[in-house]
Amino acid sequence: MNKFTLPLVGFIALVALLAVGLGLNPREVPSPLVGKPAPDFKVPQLHDPNASFSPNEMLGKVWLFNVWASWCVSCREEHPIIVEYTKRPDAIPVIGLNYKDKREDGQRWLARFGDPYVLSAFDLDGRVGINYGVYGVPETYLIDKQGVIRFKQIGPITPTVLEEKILPLIKELNK
Amino acid sequence: MKPRHKRIALITGGLATVGIAAALVLNALNSNIAFFVTPTEIAEGKAPQGQIFRIGGIVKEGSIRRDNLTVHFAITDTAKEVPVTYTGILPDLFQEGKGAVAQGRINPDGTFTATEVLAKHDENYMPPEAQHAVDQAQKAQKTIKQ
Amino acid sequence: MIPELGHFALILAFFVSLVQGVLPLVGAHKNRADWVAVARPATAASFLLVGVSFACLTWAFYVNDFSVEYVAGHSNTQLPTMYRLSAVWGGHEGSLLLWVFMLVGWAAAVAAFSRQLPAAMVARVLGVLGLVTVGLMAFVLLTSNPFDRLMSPPAEGRSLNPLLQDPGLIYHPPLLYMGYVGMAVAYAFAMAALLAGQLDAAWARWSRPWTTVAWVFLTLGIALGSWWAYYELGWGGWWFWDPVENASFMPWLVCTALIHSLAVTEKRGSFKNWTVLLAIAAFSLSLLGTFLVRSGVLTSVHAFATDPKRGLFILILLAVVVGASLLLFAARAPKVSPGGRFELISRETFLLVNNVLLVVACGAVLLGTLYPLIVDAFGGGKISVGPPYFNAVFIPIMLPLLVLVALGPVARWKQADLPAMLKKLWPAAVAAVAAGIVLPMLAGEWHAYVALALALVGWMSAALVLQTIDRLKAGSPTASWWGMQIAHFGLAVMVVGIAMVSTYQEERDVRMEPGETVSVGGYTFKFLGVKESRGPNYTADVGTFELSQDGKLMRLLHPEKRAYDTSQMPMTEAAIDAGFTRDVYVSLAEPLSPDVENGPWAVRVYFKPFVDWIWGGSLLMALGGLLAAADRRYRIRAKSSAAVAANAAGAAA
Repeated sequence: MNKFTLPLVGFIALVALLAVGLGLNPREVPSPLVGKPAPDFKVPQLHDPNASFSPNEMLGKVWLFNVWASWCVSCREEHPIIVEYTKRPDAIPVIGLNYKDKREDGQRWLARFGDPYVLSAFDLDGRVGINYGVYGVPETYLIDKQGVIRFKQIGPITPTVLEEKILPLIKELNK
Repeated sequence: MKPRHKRIALITGGLATVGIAAALVLNALNSNIAFFVTPTEIAEGKAPQGQIFRIGGIVKEGSIRRDNLTVHFAITDTAKEVPVTYTGILPDLFQEGKGAVAQGRINPDGTFTATEVLAKHDENYMPPEAQHAVDQAQKAQKTIKQ
Repeated sequence: MIPELGHFALILAFFVSLVQGVLPLVGAHKNRADWVAVARPATAASFLLVGVSFACLTWAFYVNDFSVEYVAGHSNTQLPTMYRLSAVWGGHEGSLLLWVFMLVGWAAAVAAFSRQLPAAMVARVLGVLGLVTVGLMAFVLLTSNPFDRLMSPPAEGRSLNPLLQDPGLIYHPPLLYMGYVGMAVAYAFAMAALLAGQLDAAWARWSRPWTTVAWVFLTLGIALGSWWAYYELGWGGWWFWDPVENASFMPWLVCTALIHSLAVTEKRGSFKNWTVLLAIAAFSLSLLGTFLVRSGVLTSVHAFATDPKRGLFILILLAVVVGASLLLFAARAPKVSPGGRFELISRETFLLVNNVLLVVACGAVLLGTLYPLIVDAFGGGKISVGPPYFNAVFIPIMLPLLVLVALGPVARWKQADLPAMLKKLWPAAVAAVAAGIVLPMLAGEWHAYVALALALVGWMSAALVLQTIDRLKAGSPTASWWGMQIAHFGLAVMVVGIAMVSTYQEERDVRMEPGETVSVGGYTFKFLGVKESRGPNYTADVGTFELSQDGKLMRLLHPEKRAYDTSQMPMTEAAIDAGFTRDVYVSLAEPLSPDVENGPWAVRVYFKPFVDWIWGGSLLMALGGLLAAADRRYRIRAKSSAAVAANAAGAAA
């Protein structure tokens, strides 16, 4: 140990601090909505402005609620996974929420990339998103027969998330 | 001058510089840091009185009201909200339903007078402090539920 | 296909860099000339491969290949070509690739322009650079691959952040990265010297021009960033002490200290350990800056997609690179011979004080930047440290430095005569007092703060003139001497700008109906109204203001409020009338009654005296640095020492 090791010691302390700092902002915050009833709303549908949708209609079913937008790049990444999933025979219904979008853009987007949704609710001003605490698009909620949110995915669904988290949970909820 | 004296002079000078700098730093840190408080903490009376601090959260939908250059709005962490007044020009990214951070003082009537309102360069972004406030409030709600 | 080619080239470059990082270092250690000889070709190959990779990414942007996720995320077909190309470095992945490209570019430059240096030394420098490159390439390839494809390509990409659609973005990041990455070269020279156990004046002389050029880039990069913030953000500020700004400013402070300390090491052989430590510190701080900006541990107004995985990777990289260097330093430094002795009053002492002040200032900035993190780590809650902290600490530390700028260059090495120096400089003291009393009164009101600053400017400028007269008497000075004078003069110019604008600026936020007027700093703005207009990829509300002084119409100003098609974010474009002694500045904030035709707007107007001197001063500093780096003596002496070595070899044979 001599005075020339002092810079090293100081640096190790700095790295320790930075490592703690990295751990401080866990980006995967447990969603406060998980375990709570899905907030109710009633908004028009994307394809038919005269028809409306409300989560109450889904009571008694296990379903996925997927927030998307035509301006969202990550949604394009996630979309094929949802499309593939809905082709499975045992797939549960997926409802879309077209978030802060223009009606024509949303419709065109689905025409181009495929429409896996039973229907898409149309949330022009983002009010539904606020109630669901949407941080960024895409987000997906798994809602059970009693209308309680069981799982929330912030960001795109990846094949891993689908296989390891969502599907087992669906199986359990459907028992 | 003898080498020993020279050494002592150099070391004394160096220590004095570092000492003065440290004094400056401590003094400046004492008076120039702003604590970060969430709307829930304000509702619980935990806000520092008569001191500048920051609040963060989401700008409540439908709460922006303009009165010439003075803007009234509410910042919420989804549990509680704080009415905020700000006179001046808001950043481009300041929008209802988006995250924002305000720095200023709390008034005796519970309103917050902001001297500065911050938003961030990226549109998909929520300031970490605003995010923190929302997370805290939602965690608290969750504990109450259980 | 092209993106895969780019990806492939990058992977190849990774392995080539690995060779470049290992063989020459081992070869230099074991005295194997064949392994040492690998350094140059490997460096060239790595440069070429990364160049191909970078060109592939640029091509993907040029042809709008939205199957590449990074392209889809940062560009779209409506974007003008110029911005499509600069969007290459508009996001995290691409800007890192640029980082790597510049790093291999620096290495290639060292390989090309150091023919005079001993082969073993060059091999070690290139080897160290190769290892750093390997670390950064691993970062790109493992966590931030810009060539990742999307499963189903979108028809249209997301827009580049409108703030970044500005000519400033084309130059600012590359310049800044050139400076950042240039720190790696200074670091590599220092590590090479440590590895070889040859910490001597020759090493300092070889390292100096490279360090100075890196410093020039960093200076320009920071200045351009500040200028960009000033006119693009529409806030009228030019420096915010934001963590991202601090991240580039800290290496600059240490590098400035390093330049001065290298002078002592070269001329007098002193401060060797200290110089090495500064070189390590400068590069560590540029890595730390990258960590702070990209890991998201600190709150900043500059958003980069943050990802804790990336943060962890840079932290590990930082720990390995800096930890290993400091370990080597701890092992080798005790054996370094002390340099030439010097008296308490000598140029060495002045430069030492310069170093202490710069390093202490850097420490204060580092503390302020990390303080929120420290408090949070110890459970003290979330806090923020505002600009007042930095101003209150930084300015008092800098003031003595401004006094010393006049003294250092006239002091003699080893032992200086203080009374003689003061006798020489007394006219400067008079100039200082005069400037402090008179100039602020000419500018308007007399303030102690601005008087002190202008007095120091008077002192520095007069001393520069006296030094120049003195030096010319002794014969024609070298380019590097002129470089020093110009850089110091740039500092004085910058101080004028900072002092004037922070004291005498005027700023008003007002509500204006068409036809109304508002005045700041003797200038009158008349608001004529707002019209809608269409740009290439945005619609804008364009305001028209008549700027006049003393009732005389000067020109029309057109600030804009833009709404970009692909983004929901409005953008304020300020209109600035720039001048030698002042800027006047107007920006549109928002319509106060959006439903009313020709309704009132919230408007911000500024009067900014001497603000452009801040950037003018930076340019002078950079110019001085270039002159110093171009000094012929770095080449001639190196050649003659090579000649000496050749002669010695010939004699031995």
